[in-house]
Amino acid sequence: MTVAADLADERLVRSKGLAGAVDVVWRRLRGGDLGSLPVVVGLAIICVVFYSLEPRFLSSFSLVNILTYAAPVGIIALGIVLVLLLGEIDLSVGSVSGMGAAVMSVLVVRESQSVLVGLLAGIGVGVLVGLVYALLFTKLGIPSFVFSLGGLLGFQGVLLYLLGSEGTINLPSDSGLIEFTRFSHLTGAAAYALVAGVVALYVLGGLWTIRQRKRAELSAPSVVGLAVKAALLAAGLAGLTYYLGIDRGWSYLFLLFVALVVLMDLALRRTRWGRHVFAVGGNEEAARRSGVKVTRIYVSVFVLTSTLAALGGVLGAGLQTSVSQATGTTDTNLTAIAAAVIGGTSLFGGRGSAYAALLGIIVLQAIQSGLNIVGVDSSVRFMVTGAVLLLAVAIDSVARRARSSSGRG
Amino acid sequence: MTPIDTSKGRGAAASDRAGRDTPAGSGLALSLRGVGKRFGAVQALADIDFRVGAGEVVALVGDNGAGKSTLVKIISGVYQPDGGEIEVDGRRVSISGPRAAQGLGIATVFQDLALCDNLDVVANLFLGRERRQSGIVLDEVGMEQEAWRLLRRLSAKIPSVRIPIASLSGGQRQTVAIARSLVGDPGIVLLDEPTAALGVAQTAEVLALVRRLRETGLGVILVSHNMSDVLAVADRIEVLRLGRNAASFDARDVSIEQLVAAITGASDEARSGRDDLAATPNPAGGTS
Ligand SMILES: Nc1ncnc2c1ncn2[C@@H]1O[C@H](COP(=O)(O)OP(=O)(O)O)[C@@H](O)[C@H]1O
Ligand SMILES: [Mg+2]
Repeated sequence: MTVAADLADERLVRSKGLAGAVDVVWRRLRGGDLGSLPVVVGLAIICVVFYSLEPRFLSSFSLVNILTYAAPVGIIALGIVLVLLLGEIDLSVGSVSGMGAAVMSVLVVRESQSVLVGLLAGIGVGVLVGLVYALLFTKLGIPSFVFSLGGLLGFQGVLLYLLGSEGTINLPSDSGLIEFTRFSHLTGAAAYALVAGVVALYVLGGLWTIRQRKRAELSAPSVVGLAVKAALLAAGLAGLTYYLGIDRGWSYLFLLFVALVVLMDLALRRTRWGRHVFAVGGNEEAARRSGVKVTRIYVSVFVLTSTLAALGGVLGAGLQTSVSQATGTTDTNLTAIAAAVIGGTSLFGGRGSAYAALLGIIVLQAIQSGLNIVGVDSSVRFMVTGAVLLLAVAIDSVARRARSSSGRG
Repeated sequence: MTPIDTSKGRGAAASDRAGRDTPAGSGLALSLRGVGKRFGAVQALADIDFRVGAGEVVALVGDNGAGKSTLVKIISGVYQPDGGEIEVDGRRVSISGPRAAQGLGIATVFQDLALCDNLDVVANLFLGRERRQSGIVLDEVGMEQEAWRLLRRLSAKIPSVRIPIASLSGGQRQTVAIARSLVGDPGIVLLDEPTAALGVAQTAEVLALVRRLRETGLGVILVSHNMSDVLAVADRIEVLRLGRNAASFDARDVSIEQLVAAITGASDEARSGRDDLAATPNPAGGTS
């Protein structure tokens, strides 16, 4: 029997069967490679606790709301994942989202522009902010903490200035934006078709990988394993589709968020750009010497972060049907950053995944929703969110120590 | 001029060299003339001449702070020289950056390896030169295959190419760094202190890698301040002292004592390898 090139070394402990697979997972966890395990466990605990306090927490209606309202800040958190991967930070994403929403609403309501123009302008503001940040960072060497703190204050000021004496701008209720964010849901046959499509893509991708690796005479994952995973994915998604369908179904807004997460994940793991983002976050000097265009990576990430923030802002405005002086204030900033960290993105750079934004924001939205349902004041919500954030950072730090003591860096 | 037996494996290396004709292969010739580099008040390098040919291992030795790493960084495009000429295969070039150096066929293994701990072996090997399918998606399978090919060419012992660099031993990390230098099919490989942090067995492994590089026709620049390592693999030895050429030896005709004398500047006689310099008192002698 010939051995695949990547399994030829005699020191490789080969793991066989189910016990082997469990052993591999266990070793990885012991070594501080926690992945998304803590947040999944946390989510399970949250569900159990709130469900026992108030069964309505897990009702179809409640879940649809959690997912829908998670999306705008989740999109902002996706951008935060990117800056954190570089070991940088953007404290101003909430303010940028508020400013983007304000620009859009002013154009649409006061200047009677079309919603499309408003959206483009709102998002364009994000692009612009990102470019300026990138310039400050790469040309002047100002720490991201400093200029984004400036942005946090400055852009909140812009929001107040744009809103003027009115204080609140209500979006026209017949606009396509509100229709999309509030009232569009995917349910029934179309939803199941989407699930089938997603599972089919997953299976095809897996089979393609297996075929390519076999051809290259490298070890390949087993078809059975792939089938099991695909079956679990199909069952999970179909089950969720059914349960959410009892109420309104998958909201378009949430599906857009998930689509962005999946795209970002592919971009991070499967493209040269993503590889370079991780490299710069892991060891900037090494990346530079390897010929990575470090400046471009910083520019692309700062621009993407601000752009996603503005996008989250305009979508959030649609969901709230209005822009007010409170839009995108400190709460949004910190929730987005907390979501990325709680989801498992390391604050130390070079470690994390796009899915961190998805998982993290669902956790935070679930907590908020749960506390609302059991009738707790928002003061408690802040305290709980703070505690959860602290817990997540503590887990990150402990895992980091476990990694270095087990030689996984 | 007398053979020395204190240097391990030297006899074998010498006969190996004697048996070789002018090497075939993709090697390049590199030469520097009058190169200098100053950092603020420190004249790190002054008027340096240096050359390496295809299939040749040239050792660059000198005390700490002699300017070895600075010279390496100039050749690899990290620093720009203040003056002087650089020629690759007889063509005058300017090495404007690491990418330009790669483009000219010059690959560098830095003293502080410059690996990304959070990435796996394959990702590190191809960092900055990732292969792609249909122009966008990383060709992971192709890169993994090529990674194994490179590692086998170096007879390297790496258990898996899908583990993060952080979990490898010092020798394995050095091996990855050397293998990475070969990814772009370079003509010249620079190794800055490749054995400095290694144990005995790992050092022997890395020296074996250096010989294998020469056998494939590459020009190798080996920076070291370990004399026995240098004598074991080098064809020619260039000594830097306080940022200047202090001496040049044929590795067959030199003893450790002569080398040490040239490095420390203890003996003028030791500089006889470079008559021109032996006569001139070293102007940088006062600074350190
Ligand atoms: N980036 C730098 N800035 C200022 N001085 C430097 C820099 N790099 C090297 N030097 C100085 O140049 C001299 C030569 O250093 P280096 O090339 O690292 O020596 P070696 O590698 O031979 O030990 C030393 O005096 C060092 O302090
Ligand atoms: Mg050095």
